[in-house]
Amino acid sequence: MSAVMTIEELRNGLAWRKNLDKAFVVAGLLILMSCLGLLALLFVDLVRDGAARFGWDFLTQFPSRKAERAGILSAWVGTSMIMLVTAVVALPVGVAAAIYLEEYAPKNWFTGVIEINVTNLAGVPSIVYGLLALGLFVYKFGFGQSVLSAGLTLALLILPIIIVGTREALRAVPKAIREAAYGLGATRWEVTKDHVLPYSTGGILTGLILGLSRAIGETAPIITIGALSFIAFLPDPPISGAFPFVNFAWLKSEFTAMPIQIFNWISRPDQAFQQNAAAAAAILLAMTLAMNAVAIWIRYRFRKKINW
Amino acid sequence: MKLSWQQITLPALALGLLAVGAPGRAQAQAAIKIDGSSTVFPISEAYAEEFQIQKRGKVRVTVGVSGTGGGFKKFCRGETDMANASRPILAAEMEACRKAGIKYMEVPVAFDALTVVINPANTWAKSMTVAELRKMWEPAAQGRITSWNQVNPEFPKDKLMLFGPGADSGTFDYFTEAVNGKAKASRGDFTASEDDNTLVQGVESNKTALGYFGYAYYAAHKDKLTAVAIDNGKGPVSPSLENVTNGTYNPLSRPLFVYVRDTSANRAEVREFVQFMLTNGNLVSEVGYLPLPKSAYDLARKHFQAGKLGTVFGGRPQVGITIEQLQALEGKL
Repeated sequence: MSAVMTIEELRNGLAWRKNLDKAFVVAGLLILMSCLGLLALLFVDLVRDGAARFGWDFLTQFPSRKAERAGILSAWVGTSMIMLVTAVVALPVGVAAAIYLEEYAPKNWFTGVIEINVTNLAGVPSIVYGLLALGLFVYKFGFGQSVLSAGLTLALLILPIIIVGTREALRAVPKAIREAAYGLGATRWEVTKDHVLPYSTGGILTGLILGLSRAIGETAPIITIGALSFIAFLPDPPISGAFPFVNFAWLKSEFTAMPIQIFNWISRPDQAFQQNAAAAAAILLAMTLAMNAVAIWIRYRFRKKINW
Repeated sequence: MKLSWQQITLPALALGLLAVGAPGRAQAQAAIKIDGSSTVFPISEAYAEEFQIQKRGKVRVTVGVSGTGGGFKKFCRGETDMANASRPILAAEMEACRKAGIKYMEVPVAFDALTVVINPANTWAKSMTVAELRKMWEPAAQGRITSWNQVNPEFPKDKLMLFGPGADSGTFDYFTEAVNGKAKASRGDFTASEDDNTLVQGVESNKTALGYFGYAYYAAHKDKLTAVAIDNGKGPVSPSLENVTNGTYNPLSRPLFVYVRDTSANRAEVREFVQFMLTNGNLVSEVGYLPLPKSAYDLARKHFQAGKLGTVFGGRPQVGITIEQLQALEGKL
């Protein structure tokens, strides 16, 4: 037996390894497809079950004791307002925290403790945030059972996700870019603002969307702080005809949200409500997908400007 | 379009600052806040919906679902005008209300009949005595009573499969109180679910199953389930409007209540809403529950108008009481 491989053996070995490579690609694709297939199946099933209820009326009517008259107007408006508050609060706070940790904070035991805690917070069960918010926002700060309380609660919930996502995005910006800017005399804030942030926007938005996608389906914390099940009026619109043209009364308004409406319908004795629940669930899924689509579009716009 | 960080963060910050600065405008509109039992929810929802249609949006009614206990908590903190309850207020809750200085009226609005159901293929248990139910469900039955013939030697030797609501449910409390003599005293080895639709499915797909839940769920699945007639010493009685109203469906029928805060009842919209609830029993049957007899609604309205305060139950649930007996009792705060 010689220690040197013949050309035949080499070829066979190479072919075998290439086949292995292909097999991995196929396996990976199969796994990916089965995940997507599951989502598609779920979506199709919901759409089929709820098919009879889709329509303009379903979106523009309030809940009702009669399944065929019941709609999700208060639910989707509530969910949209909560998501708006959540995004407006969680994004600046989360990004600022990540910038500090990544660009400014010295590496010592204190930042170490903060980092570990931020990561741990991502794993805290959502009901715990609900209980915290009930004591803090609803009673202590006196925000009541309002859109504001719900939005702040979900903002807390997704803060760790945004912080971790933003840090990953900041870390992906090559060190050379920072060093070049420093070399030209830029301050740390100028480096961050003019170079690091623009390049990492895509990643930051991905973090935000991951967070919002989780928040939109959360039920436990908003039930805890007192979301209602039946509410047949809308909060005051945020834009008004008179000065100062914006109106923040809606923040204090009582609310219901999509997951709560769905849960309420599922547990009804009358079977006709099961259709409503399926239709509402399909719309909630569609809302999540739409949110993701917007983020992908914004990320695309930002990426186009990057040319390293 | 060119987006930059300034363009995103500045409006966001401005919005945030404005939000903090702008005080919430006081709600000028009349509003009624209701919270509590999930069993009573469909009834309140139906009335709230109709009432708002009648008032053309001049009155806002909101209904939350925190469970009977959760509803009383909020009620006794003064956060709500009305509490939905599938059982009378308990001593501890009365105490909480007393401490907070909150007085209330106890208004019966409908009946619920806890319904024991079996699979339509079950031919032997179309009627059962309370003693048999107790043998089946008491804590001592755990792990021991596993086939039907152990309950009654005339029943076949088939496996006994039990389905019931979870321990957080008011239905569970009432059933255990009525059948086993003590609230929450039950065997633990049955299939429990907070979702009554799961229980329906369980009994529907198992020939030797037995379960119990509120009448509304039976009413919605009449074609797939058989209701067991209950024999409390006077012959088997099946759950029906007639038997519940005349008090013979015993001990599994229970009144459902709303508790109204006295200061809220002084407000015109609340007053009107409660009167509305006590005049339209047909909405109750529409959502699958059993309305009170007309005389009971009339009396309840009279009590409400006269401002009869307090509960007639003295802080503990009572089983097998008729609506007439109930309304004749003195109220206690």
